[in-house]
This record gives sequence, structure tokens and C-alpha cells, in this order.
Amino acid sequence: MSEFHDIAVKINGRSYERRVAVRMNLADFLRHELGLTGTHVGCEHGACGACTVLVDGRSARSCLMLAAQADGCELETVEGLAGETDLNPLQQAFWDRHGLQCGFCTPGILMTLTELLRDTPNADEAAIRAALSGHLCRCTGYQNIVAAALAVAGKT
Amino acid sequence: MSAQRIIGARARRVEDPALLRGEGVYVDDIACPGVLHAAFARSPHAHARITRFPVEELKAMPGVVAVLTAAELASEMTSVLMPPQFPSSSLPPGAGSYVLAPKEVCYVGEPVLMVVAESRALAEDAVAAAEVDYEPLAAVVDAAAAGAPDGPKVREGIASNLLTRFKVGYGAVSEAFASAPHVYRERYWQHRGVAHPIEGRGVLARPEPGSRKLTVWSSTQMSNLLHSMLVDVLGADEDDIRVIAPAVGGGFGCKYLVYPEELAVAAAARKLGRPVKWVEDRCEHFMAAIHERDQYWDVEIAVDANAKVLALRGSLIHDQGAYTPQGFHASYNSASSITGPYVVPAYEIDVQVMQTNKTPVQPVRGAGYPQAAFVMERLIDRVARELELDRAEVRSRNLITPDRMPYPKKLKNRSGAELVIDGGDYPKCQALGLERIGYAGFLARQKAARAEGRYLGIGFAHAVKPTGRGPYEMARVRVSTSGRVTVYAGAMEMGQGIKTSLAQVCAEQLAVPLERIEVTAGDSAYIPAGFGGFGSRQAIFCASAVHLAALAVRNKAIRAAATLLEAAESDLELKDGRVVVKGVPGHGISLGDISRKLRGAPGYALPGGVTPILEADASFQLDLQAFANAFHACEVEVDPGTGHVSLLRYVAVQDSGRLINPLIAEGQVHGGVVHGIGNALFEWMRYDEQGQPITTTFADYLLPTATEVPNIEVLFVETPSTTNPLGVKGLGEAATIAVAPAVIAAVENALEPFGVHINEAPLTPVRVLELIRNSNPERKLP
Repeated sequence: MSEFHDIAVKINGRSYERRVAVRMNLADFLRHELGLTGTHVGCEHGACGACTVLVDGRSARSCLMLAAQADGCELETVEGLAGETDLNPLQQAFWDRHGLQCGFCTPGILMTLTELLRDTPNADEAAIRAALSGHLCRCTGYQNIVAAALAVAGKT
Repeated sequence: MSAQRIIGARARRVEDPALLRGEGVYVDDIACPGVLHAAFARSPHAHARITRFPVEELKAMPGVVAVLTAAELASEMTSVLMPPQFPSSSLPPGAGSYVLAPKEVCYVGEPVLMVVAESRALAEDAVAAAEVDYEPLAAVVDAAAAGAPDGPKVREGIASNLLTRFKVGYGAVSEAFASAPHVYRERYWQHRGVAHPIEGRGVLARPEPGSRKLTVWSSTQMSNLLHSMLVDVLGADEDDIRVIAPAVGGGFGCKYLVYPEELAVAAAARKLGRPVKWVEDRCEHFMAAIHERDQYWDVEIAVDANAKVLALRGSLIHDQGAYTPQGFHASYNSASSITGPYVVPAYEIDVQVMQTNKTPVQPVRGAGYPQAAFVMERLIDRVARELELDRAEVRSRNLITPDRMPYPKKLKNRSGAELVIDGGDYPKCQALGLERIGYAGFLARQKAARAEGRYLGIGFAHAVKPTGRGPYEMARVRVSTSGRVTVYAGAMEMGQGIKTSLAQVCAEQLAVPLERIEVTAGDSAYIPAGFGGFGSRQAIFCASAVHLAALAVRNKAIRAAATLLEAAESDLELKDGRVVVKGVPGHGISLGDISRKLRGAPGYALPGGVTPILEADASFQLDLQAFANAFHACEVEVDPGTGHVSLLRYVAVQDSGRLINPLIAEGQVHGGVVHGIGNALFEWMRYDEQGQPITTTFADYLLPTATEVPNIEVLFVETPSTTNPLGVKGLGEAATIAVAPAVIAAVENALEPFGVHINEAPLTPVRVLELIRNSNPERKLP
């Protein structure tokens, strides 16, 4: 088996072709090969959710996925959320409601909530908390994250 | 004074837009061409002798640039022993670790060897292949048993595992106990947890070409102290080393320490003449970032017939772990804070700081105060139960009342200063909390639920936290010619929004919108000395320093403007970034233009006789502490069949003095409470009998997640502190302290029909079932 694979991925609408080591995980590929350092690595064992990205629209832990497995996929990361000047409504709600403190877990949480609110635009608190249960945040106690998501869902 | 009133505003944070876009630059995000990557081989034994390092075979592995042990680092360092980090004459030699262990390892995770390689993966490959030879030794695991004279010792060659023993107290304790109508004795235990910021530790050291200068980025809570230690350990001058804290992904105490890895990486970068980076993984964080809270208490309380406390006495065994990098302040904090908000006429505690072959213990959010509050609040609940009185009533009878403030605690802090509570209204906080949670109607709720087979409980607890330790912080405020303002502070931003708070304090004086203020914090190139973020101090120290610097800039701008506008200083005010004549807003000059004038012109005097450029430095010095307090109440439902505890309501009343930003303050309370919920119900860093840590993943060690925690109802009381010009008190830790005693009391109350008494935390579902079973040996469980 080759030590390397050639892969083609589309990330936030932009195409990339790279040769990657077979053992390189997707998080390291995004961060260190492409310089997309907004995706963070918090535990490297799929528990904290900080590295969550969307792969073909579904949330995935980029620390548990090999870069080679993303070949042919469309990825979305935190860098793709905002417009040139404005934050998107979810990011704006996080800012308005103090939904982040140190900001390290935030990118992964934004991606999970992006998926949730696409699937369920009017998600209620229980659904939001269930989606967030795959993420660890040590700063916020989750409360203002929930509040921000509820605001986007039109529940406040 | 200023008409801006930006202090106290719920301002959105200046930190957030970049973080929300994924543009925050944490240490592992810094682009550094040519960087080498470090990985550490760590001890797999709780206690062992090292008999051989596999240096040569590792050097031959792919991509390995260097294999470094203490011996190889010695050429770059004045000492390979970690220097003690707080001044203490009472620490025995050997209480601190080596940078890399040369001969003996004393806990699982202790670094022994560093591999530097062309990539992180190759460095980790080499570490995985490293066969360091060890000769295992007997390990000391339980602090309560560590004092046995013939038992194993934590390090070879020491006579005792007891690091230090001291007494704290005052008053006629024996006499009070001898004549007391009621004496109750209890034993309590609280277990250790891990700080777990979601970003672990990390450090990048880059030698500057053509010089001995070194720039170090570290995910730290103490950039200035790291700077000082690097200067000492590398034998450098202050100007040779620059330490920058980039975006820091949380700290919670564990980054308020200089770690061996930081020194080793810096020394390796100097030795190799290339940038070197190390980023901790989570498994390393579990084993090698500090822990806290392991304590055993054995205490007695004496009360009179009316439940008034007469005296308190007992002993405390504090598990210090394998080393004492920074002194024993967590244990001292516990011993000196247990009386909390209560009048306790006489008190004495005998403290033994015991070493064990486990990860070193230094303060995690709360720093010894949570354990002491747990003990005191549980004792008060015991008194209420024994005397068949309401728990709130027993508290009311013993609280220090506002008319007795300032209240000397008759105790000294660890540096010898008297502990004097500067102010607070404990009865009011209790009344507010009980009203909000609906204490008056609780018995009816509980009765109705029991009729349905549901077990509700209510619990509450006070907390008092002296916040802000000195001796000083420094700040600089500068106005540019564009009118933008830069604040330089020794403060550390690690999630608590201190940049926003400092910008608000500056804006209050200079009448400049927040978006025109930039705060640079945690960079030794700008602020030469300071103490960083610990002990809930930055709103007191850094904000007061910024306040004084901004005030000086304001006065300077007014003096210069008086000359430039040909007006009396008393007729001038600051408005919208300009100095204007009162009542004539069109007649004025912008701060940017004043800044330009104060840069001067060759051969011409500066206006108003002021010093050059529109800038001022200030420092704020203080030896007193500001006493924040809290009263928490919670309602739970316990399932006696599964042991599951559901948190139904949680009310936190906090008094942290005047609030700079209530939005940020609420967020601090949410996070602090949830950290306490983790300590009460989930977080348990377990070791086996050989001292092996057995909870080193997030599947084994549980942090609270969004589905376990309720919405926290936060109420603020604002008793301005008299210790500082802003009237503020610290907050970061003040919300954690009351949580475990409130939650555990609620669980105990819910299980009243089973006669369960709880003297420990964390409390897992399995343990709840055990306690029910132990209290009801004959009773068939549901």
C-alpha cells in the first residue's frame, strides 16, 4: 500500500488537490497543510467536538477521520461561515448573547449547530442541547450557546 | 466625572468577531517556517528508578533531530531542577521536579526524555518506540495512609512523605468545646479533578537569527512569570527573552504554572538554533497538567442550644501529589477560609500536606476554597438536622451581618497579611436566593412529588472568596494620531473577556467607543513585569492599573487642550473622542490631534508644559484582598432506583462588587457553576492501587455536557469594594465554591426518607445507590 494518497476536496467552495500521508487525519490536513486553523483539536479521541466540520453536509469529527477519506468530498469549516464583512446569523447570535468565552470549542459547536439548524430550523431547547451533548465547553456552562441557537431558531 | 457610563454596560466582547470567524490565533495556529516538533517520553510508573535512556537508537529513527535528556539540556540551563515558583522558605529540597527526570520518576506522566523531530508524527513515533528502562519502586497512592512510618516514600532518600505540617486558628478552642452543649464530628473527603481547558498546554520557542534572543509563545496564564523564569533558567537577560501569550483556550488554574515542558522546549530551541514547538495532547493533560481538590477532613463543630457556632476544630490531610512546584497555597487557602461567611468565635485546624506518587497538585478554579466551603456548609446542615432546625435559619443565626463590616477574620493570608472582609451582605444574598428558588413552597412541592414516588431535594450554600492577590499590575494607555487608543496590560485573556473589560474601563475615562480601543495583553515586550491571571485578580489589579493610566491620559489631554483651545481646564470635558468646551461641543480638539501636537515639532515647546506623546503609564499596588461572596440554591430530583441526580433548578446569587460588564459576569457565573457541578457529580480522576491513572480519556472522566446542566439563574448584589478605585471584586472562582455543598445537600435532602448522609464529592450514581444501601441494610431497594 502506498504511503501517500492524492486527494481532491472542496472546502468552503474552493477546490484543493494535495498528496497526503495515509495516516494524516483530516484535522491536521486542514490545519497544517491548508492553514485552515479555525478548526481546533481538543482531545484527539473524538470526545470534545472542537474539531467538528461538515463533510457533505453532515457533522464529523475531523480528528477521527483520515484526510484520505475526504477525497471527493465537500467540506465546510468555520472559515466558510461568515461573509466578507458580516458574521452569519448564528455567529452574530453568539456574539450578541455571549455564547463564547475562550473560543476554542466554538468553531466545532458552530458547525454542529449549522447542521442542526439547516435540518431543523425551528429546533427547540431539548434538540439544541442534544446536539450540543457531543461537545465539551469548559467556559460557558453551555447556557449562552443554547440561548444563541434558540435565538436563531426564532425561539426567543 | 465622565458621562459615558460604559463601565457597567452589557457590552459585546471585543474578542469575539475574530474567534467566531476561526481567526483566533492559538499557539498551535502560529505559522513558523522551519519549526521542529517536540514530543515527550513519560514515566509509565508511579514510582521507579530510571536505569537506561535509549538515546542512540532513537537518534537513528526517521526525522529525529535530537534526543534530549536532562544531561543534554544541562549545557543550556543554569539548573535542570525546576526552581520553586512562589517564594517559600519552608519547602524542603527536592520538593520540585526536574525539567526532565534524570534518575527517578515519581508519578505516571512525568517527562523523562524529549524527542525533537521534523514533524509531530515522527517525534511521536520515536517516543512510542522509546524503551526507557525502569526499576519500579513502591508507590504512595493514598494521602491518608501516606504518613505510615514504615510505608513507602514518594521519593528515594526522604524520611517522610509529610511535606509540611502547620496549624491555623485563633481563640480559646479547647475551652469552647469543653463547655459546649452540643458537639458534632464529621469526616469529609473530596477527590481530585483536572482543569481541562479545551485547549491544552502548548509552547513554541523561536530563536531570533543572529542573536541569543528567543521569542516564546505559550498557552499560559502567566506570561510575565514565565518570562522571569526563562531569564533565570536560560541565564539570559530580560531583553533577550520575549514571552507572548497568544489566544489562550481556557486556563482554570492549570496554566498558572511554569511547566517542565516549557523550559525544555525553550532550552532545546536555543541548543538547536531552530524553532521548536510542543502541543499537549489530552492524554498528557490528564497525567501531567496539575490536579486539585484531594483532601480528607476530620472536624468537630461546637454549638450552643440555639445553634450558634461556638468553635470549630479538626485536622486536614491535603494530597499534594508528587511535587510542589509552587508552594502549598491550596491547602493554606482551605485552612484559612473554612469559617466563610460565619461568626466562629474559636477555630483551630491541624494541616498535613502529604506527598503521593500522583500528578502534582496546584490550584484549579477555586484553589482550596471549594473544599473548605463544602466542609463548613455540610457541618451547618448537620447542626440543623441534629437540632431539628431549618437549614436556612441555622445559617441566618450565624452569618456575619453587614453592620459588622469590615470584619477581621482573625486569620492571616499566606503572605502574613490580616484577612479582613471588606464588605458584603450575606443575609441579603441568602434571602434573595431562597426567594428566587421558592424555598417557602418547597416542602409542599416535595410532599406532592413523594406522593408520586419522586424524590425532590433542595440544598443551598454560601461561599466567601478573597479575590485579587497583589502586589501590583502595570498598564500603559496610548492615544495614536488617528485617535485610536491602545491599552497595554500584563493581563491574560483566556476566555474571561478581560480585554473587553479593560477597554470599557479605558473608554470610561477617554470617551472613546470600544471599537476604537485595542488591548494588547500578555506580551512581555510591552509590560515588563506582573503576575497574570490567577485568584480572580485581573478585574481588580489590571483594570485598576488601566483606570489610573487612562485617567492620567485624560488629565494630560485636558491640560494640553486648555492651551490649544485657550480655555480653562475646568471648562473642558471629553466627549466622543474629543476634548471640548463644556456647553460648546463645536469648540474642541480630537484626541488624535492632541496626540499629534504632543509628538511635537522641532524646536517648539509642547502645549501646556506636558510630557511628550499622549500616553501614560500606571501601576496599581495593593496588599489587601476584596472579598467576593455567593449564595447558591438548587433543587434536584434523585432516582433511588438508578442513583441518577437531575438538576431541576439552580440559582446563583453573586456579589463581586461593582460589575464592569454584567454580560461577561453572567457568563463567568455560568461556567463557574458548571465547573462546580462537575466536581459535585461527575469529575473523578481515578488511580488504581499502584498509582496508575485509570481515567485518561473523556469517556472515563466525565465533564458536564449540555444535557446534564440546567439553566443557571444568576442574580447580582453589588457591594462596592473599598480596596480599589473601581469598587470591583473578583468573580472567576467565586461561582464555583458553593456548588458542591449546595448540590450534595440537595441530594441528601431528596434522600431524607432513606436516612442517607453524604460527606463526599464527587457523587456518582453508583455511589448514591451504595449510600442508600448502606443506610438501609435491611430495606429492600426499589
